[in-house]
Amino acid sequence: MTRKKVRPTMKIIVTTKQVPDTHNIVGDAMRPDGTVNRSVLPTIFNPEDLNALEEALKLKEKIPSAHITAITMGPPKAMDVLRESLYRGADDVVLLSDGRFAGADTLATSYALKCAVQKLGVFDLIFCGRQAIDGDTAQVGPQLAEKLGINQITNVCEVVTVDEEGCTITVKRSTEYGEEIVKSKFPVLITVTSSANDPRPASAKRMMIYKSIGKKSDAVSYTDSAELAWTRDLPAPYINYIKEWNLESVDADPAICGLNGSPTKVKKIQNVVLVANEAKMVSGDDEGISALIKELVSEHILAG
Amino acid sequence: MRDEIHKTKKGHIIMKKNKSVMVFIEYTEESIAEVSLELVCKGKELAEKLQVPLEAIAVGFGANLRRELIKLGQYGCKSVYLIEDERLKHFTSVPYAKAVVETLQRVQPQIVLFGATTTGRDLAPRVASALKCGLTADCTDLQLGEHQIKGQTFHNTLLQIRPAFGGNIVATIVSPEHSPSMATVREGVMRINPPSGNEEHRAAIVDEKVCFDSSSDFPSEVIEIIKSERSVDLKQAKIIVAAGMGAASHEAMALIKELARVIGAEVAVSRPVVDAGILGHDHQVGQTGTTVRPTLYIACGISGQIQHRAGMAESKRIIAINRDPQAPIFSIAHYGIVGDVKDVIPKMIKAYKNK
Repeated sequence: MTRKKVRPTMKIIVTTKQVPDTHNIVGDAMRPDGTVNRSVLPTIFNPEDLNALEEALKLKEKIPSAHITAITMGPPKAMDVLRESLYRGADDVVLLSDGRFAGADTLATSYALKCAVQKLGVFDLIFCGRQAIDGDTAQVGPQLAEKLGINQITNVCEVVTVDEEGCTITVKRSTEYGEEIVKSKFPVLITVTSSANDPRPASAKRMMIYKSIGKKSDAVSYTDSAELAWTRDLPAPYINYIKEWNLESVDADPAICGLNGSPTKVKKIQNVVLVANEAKMVSGDDEGISALIKELVSEHILAG
Repeated sequence: MRDEIHKTKKGHIIMKKNKSVMVFIEYTEESIAEVSLELVCKGKELAEKLQVPLEAIAVGFGANLRRELIKLGQYGCKSVYLIEDERLKHFTSVPYAKAVVETLQRVQPQIVLFGATTTGRDLAPRVASALKCGLTADCTDLQLGEHQIKGQTFHNTLLQIRPAFGGNIVATIVSPEHSPSMATVREGVMRINPPSGNEEHRAAIVDEKVCFDSSSDFPSEVIEIIKSERSVDLKQAKIIVAAGMGAASHEAMALIKELARVIGAEVAVSRPVVDAGILGHDHQVGQTGTTVRPTLYIACGISGQIQHRAGMAESKRIIAINRDPQAPIFSIAHYGIVGDVKDVIPKMIKAYKNK
């Protein structure tokens, strides 16, 4: 993964994920027993992946020749986040989709993504969201960096400068103790937090262009390029279909993909239930509150 | 790393004896991070149950580093593997991961614990990827137990318990077929036991030799460190007055600060209040903020979304003040007051002053 001194195009990869909207659980998603019905949750573009894409788009504004590829791994429905990436300004998109990738933990996910990134060829920067709101692990970014054998900088809240000539990026990462300014040579993987930026909305023009874009599998064994119902001959730099890659397309080893390749197993899942508690209701008048305060003082919970 | 395992006649699988429990020690500002001490204490408990040694690994550089690490003996830690190099003074991913990976490959512990800090969450996944072992993020509890896979029973497997799915489920994760089992644990979740106080209890320092290549092993350069002191230490607070969106107005926040001042409490907030820019992230209680367990938690205008409750449900006493009698916060509160924060808090201040 070495980079020649001068190349005409800066290559940026953005990893994205379609996730259930776990932060806004309302209505039908709540079962009468107090547990969450995951199947009815709407799916969204993982919020911090939008921040990652936005950093790539901001760079492209400064360096118009930069080329952004958004990639996602997931079921065919995950194409939604790729369309959304195109609406916002990604140049190319890849759907990594195969039943054999299903059930992957972070290790197997990062392996599959590594295979896809390698197929994309030489790159300079990978932007990832810090973490996805379904798992909240923040592991796939660092694991992808390790598998590619490249540097990583996590928890980045600001891209300070990018020196295209010198092939370096300088970022600010937030830590428990404050902030660090860190500089790295290309190639490097950066994980971006929500405080980095406010992602731009979709461009109306690009939505018109891409709203019904289809996908095209490049797998030889796959004969369903008929899925590519949408055929338009758009001039460059526009793309005409979403690339769909399967396990063979990216030359992945099935033994280390999906559930097979996942060392972690889920032993048990417990739904968090809102347990009814015997809260002692206190009246909001002076008398009730005064009695409460006196009780807490007498129990030495409040200082006397 | 495939595990070295013993298979008994009945198909039971037992971890090879003596493989240690290891804790990654974070060393910053010339002292050991509190979360590392918390993990040493939890690690001690696991190691005792497994009847194996508790060990630690530290990477860094500093005048007091060795002296501080030796003191881990007072918490029950037998030995500390140390990778000391001036170039490792500040954390950067690649050389730290290399140091830890090489040491773990040599020592082969069965369990490795990291703090779920910005360092631990950067380092642990990189290490797990290199070792091709399992890693569970942000655990809130660790236990030992059995697990069966295809008719084989694994004994003394690390059960890694964590909230997932935005806090709506609690998952127990295991990785018995690969060693080590690795986990990151959130700060403030495990308790620190007091040190023995006996200076004879010293951890043995084992110097690990890791060869670094200056040209390739240090791709990140830390140019500047901007320290911002935490303005509030919620973990240490005995009493917390917390504001949610129902108390985020200028007027209500002023009352909350006044109540906190009068009763000697710290002010905390829920995530939406931080997102609204009213107070900083260091004031945030909840799944993506700080986990607290004060003696008294006064939740003002907090609806009690599960993400918030995950960070405060273990408070000894909880008073909930909310206009909505159906607010989920009442389900975990010990005392509930249905009413407007702006009416109730002045009455609390008055009652406390007149007590």
